[in-house]
Amino acid sequence: MSPLKISWKSIWSKPLSSVLNIILIAFGTGILTILLLASKQISDKLENNSKDIDLVVGAKGSPLQLILSSIYYIDFPTGNIPLKEAQELARSPFVKNAVPLALGDNYNGVRIVGTDSNFVGIYKLEVKEGKFWQSDFETTIGSSVAKNQRLKIGDTFYGAHGLTGSTDVHKTQAYKVAGILTPQGNVTDNLILTNISSVWKMHDHEEEEEHDHDSKHKEKEAPEIQNKEITSLLIQYRSPMSVVMFPRMVNESTNMQAASPAQESTRLFSLIGVGVDTLQWFALLIMFIAAVSVFVNLYNSLKERSYDLAIMRTLGASRGKLFLIVIAEGIMLTLAGTIIGIALGHLALEFIGSNQESSQARLTGLILLGDEAYLFAAGLAIGIFAAIIPAVQAYRSNISKILSKN
Amino acid sequence: MIALNAVAHNYENGHRIGFEDWQVEDGSQWLLLGASGSGKTTLLHILTGILKPLQGSVVINGTSIYDLSSKHLDQFRGRNVGIIFQRPHLIKSLTIKENLVMAQSFANLPTDLNRVQEVLASLGIADKKDDYPSELSQGQLQRVSIARAVINRPTLLIADEPTSSLDDKNAAAVLELLIDQSGINQATLIVATHDKRVKDAFTNTYELS
Repeated sequence: MSPLKISWKSIWSKPLSSVLNIILIAFGTGILTILLLASKQISDKLENNSKDIDLVVGAKGSPLQLILSSIYYIDFPTGNIPLKEAQELARSPFVKNAVPLALGDNYNGVRIVGTDSNFVGIYKLEVKEGKFWQSDFETTIGSSVAKNQRLKIGDTFYGAHGLTGSTDVHKTQAYKVAGILTPQGNVTDNLILTNISSVWKMHDHEEEEEHDHDSKHKEKEAPEIQNKEITSLLIQYRSPMSVVMFPRMVNESTNMQAASPAQESTRLFSLIGVGVDTLQWFALLIMFIAAVSVFVNLYNSLKERSYDLAIMRTLGASRGKLFLIVIAEGIMLTLAGTIIGIALGHLALEFIGSNQESSQARLTGLILLGDEAYLFAAGLAIGIFAAIIPAVQAYRSNISKILSKN
Repeated sequence: MIALNAVAHNYENGHRIGFEDWQVEDGSQWLLLGASGSGKTTLLHILTGILKPLQGSVVINGTSIYDLSSKHLDQFRGRNVGIIFQRPHLIKSLTIKENLVMAQSFANLPTDLNRVQEVLASLGIADKKDDYPSELSQGQLQRVSIARAVINRPTLLIADEPTSSLDDKNAAAVLELLIDQSGINQATLIVATHDKRVKDAFTNTYELS
């Protein structure tokens, strides 16, 4: 009968208070786990998706919105820019690489992106099956799209107008799957890529068809197709000099705006960060309450058990063993809580992720981070913190006094 | 052989108590008599290595127990001294069997389930070994506490007021069990009491004034 088994049996002999302690700790650890996983994944995604893009040029509006729509494919675009002006910018000596984007349609919530072969270069894309898009209405789809929408090479599908929803389907012309990308671990996994003229043609058809009976609808679409427009331009700089000169040039001398993904991502993350901080303090508070609760539990049970412990001494247990029995009880409680909490955190995040609408920023609970070892260590520390005073008391207790009292 | 030499103890309130020297032969059975407040419990604690006296020595089988380190003293007590308290105090979260196995492991002896079975059987409670203490009657619990005291075959078996909370019938039964068990396990028996009913069973008496 080892001291650990005695601690173990002691925990089981008072299931209600043990369960309460475990729940408190599991709750605190669970929240911390979710925060840890979510903020890590979000910041990874923010970084991964924008790492090779120095600047985005688009219609005037919110720079954050421009970044969200053109880098992360989350928000709505700010509007359109004339293709002619975009091409002039692309030829600027400051620019090494420029990728045009034409957004506006989706297939079951997956965005259809009209772009050119520079997109492949900037994201270093590779095809797993088939080939990259070439002629009109050919598409290359991201690996997650292929999986989630069950599309394979040769399949056809109809795009729908707008960025979500499938009420307004472009029935006239179908897209065809020409290739599937290897998983990239960034936003391109969730995109359907095609050429720009496909996106234009899709809307040209639309206009001819719907000209007579749907004039209200036409008005809304009109700016997107007038005089060949695109949504935005992704830019890679030629030299560090461009950082200073180019954005100012765009903002001052054209009707367009330039937004830096790095800057806007930082701003976005600092906005999210406030919420994360609050939750973090909340979780730490719960952990603290849990620690106090374990302490009170052990301290009270020690009063009841002081006679038990004295008896154990008369049976030959040393002071060290009593110390071990009490501290092991605290550590077992908090470690059980920590493990359950980490597991719950993963489950909860996976559940949240599977219910997320936006496939671009989907979170998963199925990854394990090295940082979770800190949570483990924290659980251990709380157990020791809560049990140390009762354990020292058990170590120091004067058994002769305790025994002669009864 | 147990020897008490020039032992004295100081109470916290400053009251000082001295004990007469005492030689206990192996296998003998003694009654420790004294009114309550006469220092019976204090002497028992000193004899069992729980309370270090102000002066003097306690020698059990040639070992002067207060010369041992705290840890070795605990272990020495676990192996050589069995104590039965006025009230049977068992660990509530453990079964009867586990309570006895715990006594073996605290004394650093290997787990010996045959010995557990044997002791429980000799006390007539073998069928209770998987029960928890809360499921047993007071009389059965007192038997278990005797079992726990003799499980490691101690050289010294000490009982502190083992009969005072029992009726005549049970008191006689417990006393008989104590004497039997000390005989079976070849242990020296010291029973501390102020219970007159116990007196007749013993020939050796150490009296506190």
